[in-house]
Amino acid sequence: MAPAEAVLAERPMEVVWRRFASRRLSIVALAALVIISAAVAGADVIAPYELGQQNLNRVLAPPGRDFLLGTDTLGRDTLSQVLFGGRISLAIGLSVASIASVFGTFVGLVAGYQGGRIDAVLMRFTDTLLALPLLMMIVLLARILGDSPADVILVLSVLGWMPLARIIRAKTLALREQEFIVAARSMGAGSARIMFRHLLPNLIGEISVAVSLAVAGAILAESVLSFLGLGVSAAHTPTWGNMIGGNEGFMTVEPWLVWAPGLAIVVTVLAVNYIGDGLRDAFDVRSDGRERQPHRLSSRGASTGSRR
Amino acid sequence: MARYVLTRFATTVPILLAISLAVFWGANQVADPTVSLTLNPRIAPEALAEYRDHLGLGEPLMSRYLGWLANFVQGDLGTSLVQNGADVWPIVRTAVANTLVLIVIAVALSLAVGITIGAVSAIRRGSLADNAATLVSFVGISTPVFWLGLMLQLFFGLYLANWLGIAPPLLPTAGLYSPGQQGFDLVDRARHLALPVLALSWQLVAVYSRYMRASLLDVMSSDHIRAARGRGLPERTVVIRHGVRNALIPVSTQAATDAGQLVGGLIVTEQVFQYPGMGRLFLDALFGGDYPVLLASVMITATAVFAINLAADLFYGVLDPRIRRGTR
Repeated sequence: MAPAEAVLAERPMEVVWRRFASRRLSIVALAALVIISAAVAGADVIAPYELGQQNLNRVLAPPGRDFLLGTDTLGRDTLSQVLFGGRISLAIGLSVASIASVFGTFVGLVAGYQGGRIDAVLMRFTDTLLALPLLMMIVLLARILGDSPADVILVLSVLGWMPLARIIRAKTLALREQEFIVAARSMGAGSARIMFRHLLPNLIGEISVAVSLAVAGAILAESVLSFLGLGVSAAHTPTWGNMIGGNEGFMTVEPWLVWAPGLAIVVTVLAVNYIGDGLRDAFDVRSDGRERQPHRLSSRGASTGSRR
Repeated sequence: MARYVLTRFATTVPILLAISLAVFWGANQVADPTVSLTLNPRIAPEALAEYRDHLGLGEPLMSRYLGWLANFVQGDLGTSLVQNGADVWPIVRTAVANTLVLIVIAVALSLAVGITIGAVSAIRRGSLADNAATLVSFVGISTPVFWLGLMLQLFFGLYLANWLGIAPPLLPTAGLYSPGQQGFDLVDRARHLALPVLALSWQLVAVYSRYMRASLLDVMSSDHIRAARGRGLPERTVVIRHGVRNALIPVSTQAATDAGQLVGGLIVTEQVFQYPGMGRLFLDALFGGDYPVLLASVMITATAVFAINLAADLFYGVLDPRIRRGTR
């Protein structure tokens, strides 16, 4: 009897954590992300030079003792710039993922639960946006809007919520026929209460996996926009993307200028993707959220389009 | 089926119209095709105004849009505002052809490699090969393509050439042909395609191999595989005839859907490798305020994405009779 009680005593989130932690790679990825986040958040303290500090007698210096990763054309220390730039890149990734996830969850929940005409209209809209050449639309919108971090967040959020809406809708459709929802309804619970108190907690797995993938996608998308000169302007602040774009011309003489921010992106996004994968296993989320159609694959493809 | 296709068309045409209007408005907000002339002090303001009238820029936005639309539905894409009034259609046609060459080669190559890797991963699940393939594909989907492109240029254009001590690098890092090249030359063209294809395939292989792995694992746990094994078929036959063949169905439709996004998604790769395809045409037109070219590139790409998505959906129904979209 004792083991059964022990299992019952474990709360759902503890089960998820235990399963997540049982994979060494997930823990390594989580640790890496924590270290990166701490490093960029504490850039004021740990960066060897100040944000944008120019050392004009040491322009384009190779990596050495004074400048671990060299300097750029204005004599700015590459390591410090990468640390400060990471703030914006990570902040944009997190903001876009949060906004897009809240909106996508809301649309998917309402469409899936309400059904009928509301569902038809919302999903037709979602499908329409998904059927557009996404990167082109992102670039167009970014060109029309400005070059501040807020503008970039707006662009990527507006065009980033659709895959999650689809996943949440599919899962909601399956959940709403279950007994606990029928029971809640028969006790007189209203639509809003059922959606947000009964359905939403059951979607936490899908949402957290999608959020992690969205963070990865948004960091990559920000770097693409900044590389094209349509993201956050280097005049405001360095980001990993605009550091690569701005230093592309000096790549052959100072490869570190391009190596360093690029590797920062790869390591960060890799960690986030591994965390997402660990969460998927821990929550036992089917990648597509569909229950009855075994042959349709994940909607990840939709988000990879924005990176090319 | 016919009804389904018609519905899709009926919902898509208004969307395409809305996009064209938005792009038209946006293009006129953000860039002026005559901006370089306004900065030239030797051009008289009267001459500039005359030239703007000649381009039709003086007219109200809405009447210009309607004029463009009337021509567009008749198949007339208009003339470029920047390239001395050149017809848009030949410009776009060349760009489409270049982009298609890049996509077809990269997708075909990546499918072959990705499906093989994915199948091996699934069959030898948990093995060293599987873990290595997983790591490589995770790195693949985590690498920004433009950065990978820059690194490839650096490696092949500089490091490898220096190391081997050869004067022209092993592979050219940009463009379509070598400078001074006249006419078509298959070898030269292929050498210029190598790096863009490699940059693009890196990520595609990562994605396809994950699809294939997931799909084959899914199929191998299904009843008909157990039935095939129960009939005493050799494992090899079970895996290839019953497993891989069924696993390819969702992979191929997913690849087709992704290919739709690729058509509009080559902006970055083409920019890095200075490859004259749709992506660069789009960017140049966007920054130059050349709205006839911009609209043509957006509309053609959006239509292509729509057509490919529709084809993938129908194709899916053909391959997998359990899902017939017409009954949705």
